[in-house]
Amino acid sequence: MEKQSIEQLQKICTQLRRDVLRMVHAVQSGHPGAPLGCAEFFVALYFDQLRHDPNFKMDGKGEDVFFLSNGHLSAGWYSVLSRSGYFPVAEMKTFRKLNSRLQGHPATHEHLPGIRVASGSLGQGLSVALGVAQAKKIDKDDKLVYVMMGDGELQEGQVWEAAMYAAHHKVDNLIATVDYNGQQIDGPTEKIMDLLNLKAKWEAFGWEVNEIKEGNDMKSVLEGLEKAKSLTGKGKPVLNLLYTEMGFGVDFMVGTHKWHGSPPNDEQLAKALGQLEETLGDY
Amino acid sequence: MSLDLKYTYTEKKDTRSGFGDGFLEAGRRNPNVVGLCADLIGSLKMGDFQKEFPDRFFQTGIAEANMIGISAGLAIGGKIPFAGTFANFATGRVYDQIRQSVAYSDKNVKICASHAGLTLGEDGATHQILEDLGMMKMLPHMTVINPCDYNQTKAATLAIAEYEGPVYLRFGRPSWPIFTPADQKFEIGKAWKMIDGKDVTIFATGHLVWEAVVAEAMLREEGIYAEVINIHTIKPLDTEAILESVKKTGCAVSAEEHQINGGLGDSIANTLIRHHPAPLEYVGVNDSFGESGTPTQLLEKYGLNAENIVKAAKRALARKK
Repeated sequence: MEKQSIEQLQKICTQLRRDVLRMVHAVQSGHPGAPLGCAEFFVALYFDQLRHDPNFKMDGKGEDVFFLSNGHLSAGWYSVLSRSGYFPVAEMKTFRKLNSRLQGHPATHEHLPGIRVASGSLGQGLSVALGVAQAKKIDKDDKLVYVMMGDGELQEGQVWEAAMYAAHHKVDNLIATVDYNGQQIDGPTEKIMDLLNLKAKWEAFGWEVNEIKEGNDMKSVLEGLEKAKSLTGKGKPVLNLLYTEMGFGVDFMVGTHKWHGSPPNDEQLAKALGQLEETLGDY
Repeated sequence: MSLDLKYTYTEKKDTRSGFGDGFLEAGRRNPNVVGLCADLIGSLKMGDFQKEFPDRFFQTGIAEANMIGISAGLAIGGKIPFAGTFANFATGRVYDQIRQSVAYSDKNVKICASHAGLTLGEDGATHQILEDLGMMKMLPHMTVINPCDYNQTKAATLAIAEYEGPVYLRFGRPSWPIFTPADQKFEIGKAWKMIDGKDVTIFATGHLVWEAVVAEAMLREEGIYAEVINIHTIKPLDTEAILESVKKTGCAVSAEEHQINGGLGDSIANTLIRHHPAPLEYVGVNDSFGESGTPTQLLEKYGLNAENIVKAAKRALARKK
């Protein structure tokens, strides 16, 4: 894939946000807030960072692979996968509908290209990513494994089992990213279950922590991901703390947990789409 | 009084050693076979593999959920992971991880579960899982295997390495008679008729296959000829073999070191009720937890030994019209 300019990448982000909102609106279900906040990350990853082939191979040998542990961001992932050539853009019309490959949460048994494991029940993706990273080490495959988790997801104990393991086994071909938006479905994380000092926590678990403070600014995300890549191969697993705003890109959705798991109605959709230019053509 | 047993033994050994030896052999045959263990390498007999293939073995510490997830990842990367721990921690503790990352995602992960059932013995009920077969057989895509002795466990371990798909392999701790041949071919999903009979069929799995062999000899002394079928694969169940036998004998007993609820007996009942209704008596744990004791004491107290199989067979016979 040819390198795209920051302006081009930003345009893809706008389209991704439109895709997300139109998908969840069409079935009146799904999770729009977090994928809106992760648009820059998804686009930077798939259109700039990943060394990958949309002619999907399950084992990902010789490629960078990505896992979405917080599977409820499926609409965002489906958008970036289809926009980068994994499957036809028109298939987004089937999101969450009967007989679709685009399940409510990502799944493999419908063989949707780009998906390697089911996710949705939280806390499992980091462990799976570790397994792939270690398979790559056995095979002397120098490509990387990426995984994204939600910040609320870090309340799951399994994440910390995996965190301990990754440092102990020096899994340094792995870049985990926490979508640090401070929101979860019942409210702000600090009210639901305070995560306190995440940077210190991950460092104490033996990780190299890379803060990406402007997670909704394309230039900053690109630089942050480049830096993360430069930190791999040095004996430590790498964690990006990606500061984002849930609902970013739509003025009445930004910065609140209200749109975590609620779709917009017709009027809200029209208003939101009015703020997001159709850059690549709606599906 | 000595019984005229159709199968005998000269040696006893634990089924977990059959697993450990099979695992090492599988590792030698296929470089993609890898292992994981959650701080029970000695108990699971995975040490020889770890020693021979240190780069293909991963100690996960006491963190079973993570071990299952890593196994799914290794499988994605083309490896054949054997993840070992006690049956209790390999199932109930990690059910959701198995469900989502392994079964639903159809990953080629081998969940290797030792110390299953009452015969774990003195550790008591916290560790004596009696619900694992039920939990595992309910999962779509999952193959569930429960071999009966050292040789069969070793053969099963080699067979699952060559099978593509998620497998739950259950074995145990106690030293147990080795009464099946070392050179047996293990066919997943194919029941093994060990003894021909005409009056009643005993469908047994795991350690209780030996108890069924003893029960057959006891019944024969009383002029009752029991057929003994070794159901090493709980799922997929060999319903053809089950129906063929019960059509001949007219009644049956199921015998397993597991809760009656959700166990092998329930699977057999399900088959009979739909295709060939016939009396079936259960030998299994009846809705209770276990306790500390020796394997022999526990099998007796909870009604799982050969004498109980004999009684159940007579009950089944009495119900036969």
